[in-house]
Amino acid sequence: MSTTSAPDQEKNEGVRRPGELNARELARWGWRQLTSMRTALILLLLLALAAVPGSLIPQDGVDSLKADQWREAHTTLTPIYEKLGLFNVYSTPWFAAIYLLLMVSLVGCIIPRCLVYARAMRAQPPATPAKLTRLPDSTTYVTDEEPAEVLAAARKQLRGYRIRKDDDGESVSAEKGYLREAGNLIFHMSLIIVLVAFATGSLFGYKGGVIVLVGEEYGFANELSQYDDFKSGSLFAPEDLDDFSFKIDDFKAEWLSTGAGAGTARGFNSKIRYTAGSSDEKTYDLRVNHPLTIGSTDVFLLAHGYAPVITVRDGEGNVAYSGPTIFLPQSQNLLSFGVVKAPYASPEEIGFQGLFYPFEGTVDGEPVNLMGDIGDGSHAMLSLQGFRGDLNLDAGPQSVYALDTSKANMMSPDETGKAFNLRLGETAELPDGLGSVSFDDVQQWNRVQISKSPGKEWALLGVSLALVGLLGSLFIRSRRVWVRARRVDGRTLVEIAALDRSGGGDTAAVVTGLAETLRGARTQEEKDV
Amino acid sequence: MSDHTWGVLSNQAITAAGVVYFLALLCALVEWSAWQSRARAAVAEKELVGAGAPADEADAPTNPAAAVREQRAALFGRLSLLLTAIAVACHLVALVGRGMAADPNRVPWGNMYEFTISGSFVVAAAYVALHRRLKLSWMAPWVLGFTVVVLMLAVVGLYEPVAPLTEALNSYWLVIHVIAAIIATGGFTLGGIASVTYLLKARFPDAALLARVPDLDNLDRVSYRIHAFAFPVWTFGVLISGPIWAHEAWGSYWNWDPKEVWAFITWVVYAGYLHARATAGWKGKKAAIVALIGLATLWFNFIGINYFSSTSQHSYAAPAAPAVVELTEGASR
Repeated sequence: MSTTSAPDQEKNEGVRRPGELNARELARWGWRQLTSMRTALILLLLLALAAVPGSLIPQDGVDSLKADQWREAHTTLTPIYEKLGLFNVYSTPWFAAIYLLLMVSLVGCIIPRCLVYARAMRAQPPATPAKLTRLPDSTTYVTDEEPAEVLAAARKQLRGYRIRKDDDGESVSAEKGYLREAGNLIFHMSLIIVLVAFATGSLFGYKGGVIVLVGEEYGFANELSQYDDFKSGSLFAPEDLDDFSFKIDDFKAEWLSTGAGAGTARGFNSKIRYTAGSSDEKTYDLRVNHPLTIGSTDVFLLAHGYAPVITVRDGEGNVAYSGPTIFLPQSQNLLSFGVVKAPYASPEEIGFQGLFYPFEGTVDGEPVNLMGDIGDGSHAMLSLQGFRGDLNLDAGPQSVYALDTSKANMMSPDETGKAFNLRLGETAELPDGLGSVSFDDVQQWNRVQISKSPGKEWALLGVSLALVGLLGSLFIRSRRVWVRARRVDGRTLVEIAALDRSGGGDTAAVVTGLAETLRGARTQEEKDV
Repeated sequence: MSDHTWGVLSNQAITAAGVVYFLALLCALVEWSAWQSRARAAVAEKELVGAGAPADEADAPTNPAAAVREQRAALFGRLSLLLTAIAVACHLVALVGRGMAADPNRVPWGNMYEFTISGSFVVAAAYVALHRRLKLSWMAPWVLGFTVVVLMLAVVGLYEPVAPLTEALNSYWLVIHVIAAIIATGGFTLGGIASVTYLLKARFPDAALLARVPDLDNLDRVSYRIHAFAFPVWTFGVLISGPIWAHEAWGSYWNWDPKEVWAFITWVVYAGYLHARATAGWKGKKAAIVALIGLATLWFNFIGINYFSSTSQHSYAAPAAPAVVELTEGASR
């Protein structure tokens, strides 16, 4: 960042009141202020501060369900938060304002500094200051050597330094660590690459989730209508969806039965078959941490669960509902919740909601799910609450995972008001001759996330370059060293001084080290002679 | 050795390390108190001699009793360092044992307890490693006190039995990403200790209690050098390996997940620290304060986010009945 301080307003003399600026001066003053180091620093800290609310308030873009729940729970704060955009902090204008100002400040600093650096690369080290001993780190000693000899030895010692060519004949001016500033510039320019790549990703990218049943007859084709949920950047167009489709042939999880992790699963593996565009069908083992890349789209395995196959027959004996029904897991052991809707059953609409126990065991008379591994299915149980009457489907779109029971009546297998508990292969009769419900089979499903983040390679390149630049700017020591030797009272007075230009360098050690070597070299020569 | 024996060994080694750290802390405190009494004596002497006579602390004390005291202080200093080194070795055994106790064997940072003992190990080990290079002996009571307290909290409050990794954590990025986070956390903590000391010394320049502490320039330089080491490591951990792993496991490289946001906040604040050190008017005190704000955000991210935010994919404090249990849930940090 530029270290330019406030402008010289004193120069603007005239009849105007003090401090008064014309438009051009104001713009210049504003630009200088914006590109000053202090402003950049404050903007950086402001950016950190502005990112805080988004991590504490549920965000629509991160977890919309949580955000909705929060809205319902806090009715007074919600309108205020909505106005401030606190549910979408990272896309609000005020958040954008901070990072755009930071970017402008960055560019405004970097360009002039690049020019300065380009000049400095060709420039000579500065002339030796007149009073070396005034520098914070300096030393002097007296010797009988000729000044020219001392200077020659110093030049030899200062290997790796750039040495001023047209020196004054009685001193050496040396500088090193030019790459430090290059690292610094690379770091800041790389940040711009990262920001642009990230912005590209959020504008043109998308991320969608879909639950796909395992089996030959099911599958997914990459079209907008097939997604369960879909989020995309504002410049995304449906044509950007890559053309591919896939089926999940098989899904396996390895359930642990012993040890501290008993009851949990690992080693999830989906065997999928996919076709991209017009190419041949290929297979892939989709696993957690091992996404499938098709073109520029990535496919990830995120979750799995069970889909009991349920058939509902109505009072006239017709099949009113049939098929695998996706139940959503409520806990790690895959105790799952799901809903069945049979609106065309006659004489009355029929609906069910309830739990699926992959491995049920009875504890104190209550059904408890013991683990997520269904095994041979002999312990699987479906426990459904039945409803009859109006399922309120005319009121508007409903989630397939929720049953509106506001206009329906509960029905039970008997007078006790219990749920319909079904084992695999069992059928229960509904009361009053309304029909029957049967639990025929269990299938599995996978939740797959499909996403495209254009510019991700650029972001990675940018951030890697930034790291390289950062290392250079932090660890390359930049310093200037001067040695002056001249005749004083018939002997040679040697002055050595160094200036640290990187902050954190120990120039005192450099000065004493150089002085010792120069004196030591001479003592050594004396011995040799 | 069976997994169980390794687990028991790990627990015993952590206890042993805690005890030895505490003994090292006592030795370090003895050394500090010797310096303190010397500083008091120097002040008293100065007052006796009267203003004008410089009390040169570096001068060897002239009376023999003081010389003995001096020697004893140095002895306790060396003893403290030796004990610290032994404790660090025990600490390492505990970490190895923890990794060997898991089936299959794994890196010992799969949950909060393990991350905490690994992080405090880095603090103590870095102190021993940098002891000579950066002349850190003055830091002993701080580092040891910190490590003892953190180990106690970890054992009492965070202990969890050894369990296999959840699927999402089962990746070689766990090794790379978390090791970077642990090293940077340890480094920032050590740097933060230097910054706190800087602020104390700046506020109470003549306090006898701080006699053992080097001068302000030295403290500032030590603090900067440690931070300058930790910052690129943090950059790598949070902005390179983290997003790569997030992309592999969650499907997008940056999710604005609370843990990510706070890691970014920490990064920005420490970037601010590095800039502040080069800005007129921000050098010294203000820069040290910025560094400490960075440390606060770092620790808040580690501890706080797990409790305050349930939307974080890094937070696996198991909220009751989530809508959909993801395979990627159940991670540690």
